[in-house]
Parts: sequence; C-alpha cells; structure tokens
Amino acid sequence: MTAIDPTAHLTAEQIEELGRELDAIRDEVIAGRGEKDAAYIRKVISAQRKLELVSRGVLLFSIFPPAWLIGTAGLSVAKIMENMEIGHNVLHGQWDWMRDPKIHSTTWDWDHVSPAEQWKHSHNELHHTYTNVIGKDNDLGYGIMRVDEDQKWYPFHLGQPLWNFINACFFEYGIAAYDLDLGRNLHKRRRKNPEFRARARAVGRKIRKQVLKDYVIHPLLSGPSFLTTLAATFTANLVRNIWSHSVIMCGHFPEGVQVFERRSIKGETRGQWYLRQMMGSANISGGKAMHFMTGNLSHQIEHHLFPDLPSNRYAEVAVKVRGLFEKYELKYVTGPLPKQVYSAWHKVFRLSLPNKKPKVTTPDREQELAAV
Amino acid sequence: MTSTALRSRAWKLLEMVTTPLLPSDYLDLVSPLRAGADLRGRIEAVHPETGDAATIVIRPGRGWRGHTAGQYVRIGVDVDGVRLWRAYSVTSPTNRRDGRITITVKAIPDGKVSNHLVRMAQPGMLIQLDQATGDFVLPEAKPAKVLYLTAGSGITPVMGMLRDIDFDDVVMVHSAPKPHDVIFRSDLHDLVADKKLRLTELHTDTDGMLDIARLGELVPDWAERETWACGPAGLLDAAEDHWTEHGVPERLHTERFRSGVVVTGDGGEVTFGTTNKTVDADGATPLLDVGEEAGVLMPSGCRMGICFGCVTPLTAGAVRDLRTGEITEAGPGVLIQTCVSAAAGPCEIER
Ligand code: FES
Repeated sequence: MTAIDPTAHLTAEQIEELGRELDAIRDEVIAGRGEKDAAYIRKVISAQRKLELVSRGVLLFSIFPPAWLIGTAGLSVAKIMENMEIGHNVLHGQWDWMRDPKIHSTTWDWDHVSPAEQWKHSHNELHHTYTNVIGKDNDLGYGIMRVDEDQKWYPFHLGQPLWNFINACFFEYGIAAYDLDLGRNLHKRRRKNPEFRARARAVGRKIRKQVLKDYVIHPLLSGPSFLTTLAATFTANLVRNIWSHSVIMCGHFPEGVQVFERRSIKGETRGQWYLRQMMGSANISGGKAMHFMTGNLSHQIEHHLFPDLPSNRYAEVAVKVRGLFEKYELKYVTGPLPKQVYSAWHKVFRLSLPNKKPKVTTPDREQELAAV
Repeated sequence: MTSTALRSRAWKLLEMVTTPLLPSDYLDLVSPLRAGADLRGRIEAVHPETGDAATIVIRPGRGWRGHTAGQYVRIGVDVDGVRLWRAYSVTSPTNRRDGRITITVKAIPDGKVSNHLVRMAQPGMLIQLDQATGDFVLPEAKPAKVLYLTAGSGITPVMGMLRDIDFDDVVMVHSAPKPHDVIFRSDLHDLVADKKLRLTELHTDTDGMLDIARLGELVPDWAERETWACGPAGLLDAAEDHWTEHGVPERLHTERFRSGVVVTGDGGEVTFGTTNKTVDADGATPLLDVGEEAGVLMPSGCRMGICFGCVTPLTAGAVRDLRTGEITEAGPGVLIQTCVSAAAGPCEIER
C-alpha cells in the first residue's frame, strides 16, 4: 500500500526462485531436527516449571520485602518463558514432530486467559495466513488502531496511544477479546449466535480459573502474606503483558514494514506468500538472552516464513534468510528493542492524527498566470 | 466424608493451584515413576546377549500391574527426539524379587528402535510403558508335554515362559543362523544340564532351514505336545498348515511379531474411521480435500501446512508429506496434517 513498492524490482521468476530457496532452508532444518532439539525444549519446560514453583514458594513469605522482590521477579520471568518460548511455540506445532503427547499443539494449554483452541485459530490461522493484510489480519491494530496512512481516520483514533497502553497492560485480556472477535460479535444479533456464546463461555471459564489461581488461591495459601502475594502476582502478570505486547508490536509495527491490500493476495503463489511474510515482519536484534525471553519472536521474519520450525533453530536460519534479503535487495527490518519499540509507538502516535495534507500537487493558479 | 472423596477434593484444589497445568506435570519433574503417574520405566542395566541383541533391565513405575509369562509390553522410546512405540516380549520370570522386568531386543537391520535400544540404551534412561498384554501365554492347567518351536528372536516370549514355570517334559526346537546368534544360548544349555529341557538347536547357515514336514524326526511325539511357536511368518504359516493337516490345530499356539508390513505407494484407499467412509485417493491430493470431497467433516485452517488446525490421528497405513516427500507410518500417537499429506498406500485416519 505504500507509495513505492519495495519489491517492484523483482520479476515473477525471481520471486518463485526465492520461494524455492526458502523451501530449501526449511527442508534442511526439518531433516536435521533431532535429539538435541527435543532435549532443548524439555530443558526449557522443566526450568520454567522449577522457576515458577520456587518463585511461588518464595512469595508465600512475600510479607518480607526482599522475598517479594525475588518472588515477583522470578514469577515474571517464569510467566514470560511460559507464554513466549514455550506456549506460543508449542501451540504453533513446532514440537509436534516429537510425538510426545505432553508437548503437543493439540493438548497444550497455557498460562493465558485465551483458551489455546481459540488462540490457535485467530493467531496460527488468521494472522499467519493473512499476515498484514488489512481487513483480514486483525493483529494489525487489533481492530482498535489505525496502522497505515491509507486507512480512514476517525476521531476515535485520537485516543489510540491510550488504547494501546491499556491494551499493553491487560494484553492477555485484549488477546482473548480479540480471539472472540468481540468488537464485531457484540452487535445485538451476533451476540445470540450459539457458536459465539460457546466460545465466550470457554473464555469465561479460562478467565475464572486463571484469576482464581493468581488472585485467590495463591494469596490464600500465603496466609499473612495474602495482600503482598496478590500484589506480586498482579505485578508479574503486568510485567509479562507489557513485555509480550512490546515484543509483538516490534514484529509488525515498526517503520519500514509493509501492509497489503486485500486484493493483492488473490491467487498468491508460494513465492509471493513468502515475500509478503518477509516484507510484513520485523526483527529485534540482540543477544541470546534477548532472543530467549522473546520466545525467539525477535526472529519474527524467520518465524513468519517458517512458523512451525522449532524456535531454537531460528537463529541459524536467520543468517541464511538475511543472505536472501541481501541477494534479492530487500530491506531486512531489524534493530535493538528500544529502537523498535520507539518506532512502533511513534507510528501509533503519528497515525492517531489524520494524515498531513499531501504536498501541493495541482499547479498553482497564480504562478501559472505569472508565467504567462 | 470418605477418604477417597476427601482425596479427590484435595486433588481438585491442587489442580486449581497448578492450572492450566496439572499437579502431575510438576510431580513428574521429581518422581516420574510414582503411583498415579503415566506408566513409565527406568532402564537400570543393559546386558549384551549376542552381537546384535541385548537384555534390558527395566524398573517399571508403581502403576505396573505385572505380566503373565509369554506376554509382551509396548514401550515408547525417544529416538532422535521422536517418540516411537514398539512391542517386546517380557523375558523375565513373573516372580522376580526386585520387581524389575527385562525385555530382550535384537537389532534388526534399519530397525530404528531396536538398534537404538541395543546400542544406545543407558542405565538411567526413562522410557514409556504400557501394561503387559497378549494371549501367547501358558494355560492354567499344566500340560503334560510341551514343545517350544522358535526361531531367531522368537525365542524371547518362550524364554519368559521357560524361566517362569517348570514342566516335566519340555522339548525345544530352536533355529538361528549360527551358534553365536542363539540368544540366551548359555541359559538354555544350563537348563539342559539341569535336565529341565531337551533342546534341538538348528544352525540354519549350515543345517539349512527347518523343514516342518520332518519335525517328526526331531520330536517324534510332537502331535501330542501342547506347542508354543514363535518366529518368522514363514515358520508360523508352515506350522499352522502342518498342525491342521494332522488334525491337531488346537494344540498349536503362535505369536506373530509383525502383524503386517505397511504397503506404501502412490495414493490408495483412504478410510475415515469415525464416519466409516472409504474412498480412493491419488498420491497428490491432500487428505483434507479427499475427506471434504467424501463429505467428511474435516477440521482445517490455513490449508497450507502452517496452522496445525487440521491435525488428525493416522490409525493405519502410510501418508506422504506433499512438501518434503517424507513418509509417515501409522502408530500410536501419530498425528498428521491432512492439508499437506496425501495417501501413500491404503491408510486410515480418525475422522
Ligand atoms: S490447515 Fe493449516 S496446517 Fe493444515
């Protein structure tokens, strides 16, 4: 949709060739998947569980400030690991090849108010298939924000920095509402739709369990530390929400990322699909710890090309993918977290206002006359 | 309140504490063999038997219900990160004091699991277990005369029987290519020395295959004996014919290890197990389309292999991944993405 198409220099054959080269990268990883990868995810899962257990244990004594601090920090990290490197990736089917029924996209549920089933539909299916296609991919602005100059501006958008901030704090609820397509389904007639009601009930059940666990059971178990444990869990959820919201904003919002029109994906070839993923995603640069804490979504471009490859392989894949970006003279959007977060927020602010008037394009009458 | 009701309440409460996981997910971290856990076993020792066979000593989890001599157990092993299930006969007696069981595995060429177990199994390794099962077992009432007819690794269930119960009159005819290929050779010879067994050992590399028509030369009273036979399909087929011909088929009990080889090809007959529909499919049409054509309700999403919204158990046969050409064979826990898999021979999916 941007005025200049950054892929205009590619011929149709080149795009298909690019597709084949990407397929080859994928095949290579699949052929090499094995024991080491399996050991990796098992280790991460067991470490996460231990960290959560210990942190919750420490929080039983959170009435003492140092215990509160340590427990809250530990729980925040545990929750981030659970959602990002484990939950998101397992639910993508990245580990289904192990045939371990305990680590499988069909059986997994995560520490999140959106039930796995619903999230898999809206995320794996809609977002990953229609990446950045306006009107089809609701991840673009979650239906509450304007993310491209070409979208129509309404006064409602003036508030979008605030909406976005609130969404960041309660991100998991935002996602649940978005998975339910709440905005559209709250209309009178749709509200009664039995299918929608069943899904809404499922979300309700999940929310109840999550809230009960975090804000009732664990605080109660802490006895005299009831209030401090409550505050700690709230904080951990807040930290996790803001963190994952930031990481996810960096995936498709920063400047330089393309969005697409609905009609542009009609009859899309495999090569074109790949190309759209490449142009519609952005990475976060950084060290190993950064990649781990983002669930390797810092390799968003690679993740969008190959959503089902095991996350621990994205780093090596990224080197090859970047090579292809260079070969085909495409822009690989990446940068350190603060820069990408700033860039995404900047866009949110910028687009909350109507577009600036386009520069004068019609010849000026006065000048014309003067020239005569 | 009864104690079970109390316990189930307590468990419910625990589930609230650990949601969305289960308490067992945490308990598994510390005590994978405890009562109430999914059945698992820990390998405690590996003893080589021959150049390509080894006996594996397993400590089963607390949920193990024991076995009957001659039965087999299915075990799930992670080979190159992929969980694969195979069945092996239990070779230990039923009353082993330490509660351990053993299986004896012969590495077959290209056998992923058998080679892994024989060559890579280490004490400490966890494996998945199923309860023992199978009707290749001894009867309650002791038969007066017994014949064991075995070949190759077909000796394993019989060894479990031999170690379990003594009969007064036992004959065994066992075939293996060479003397050093005979699994349990020294155990067998010990039994012979103790006069507990009469053994005919055939070395097929030098003696040729056992001709079942001439069994009478080796065991003149074979027809009077209650017989347990285990070995390659050829031997068992011949034995079944022979016993039937002589009018004593009820005396013969057989055990077949491999129930059928999966035929792979390009396309084939696809059966939808739940809806009971069968249609022909070619090797290029995704099973998702095949099912929808046939009016089967198929879950789906992206239809291009990325969303995993279409995964379905493959219960029989084989399919080919249309992207990589890789063949996947049916088995417990085998799920396929129907949108990128086509029939590779006859197959059945659960829909
Ligand atoms: S329908 Fe999406 S993976 Fe098969």
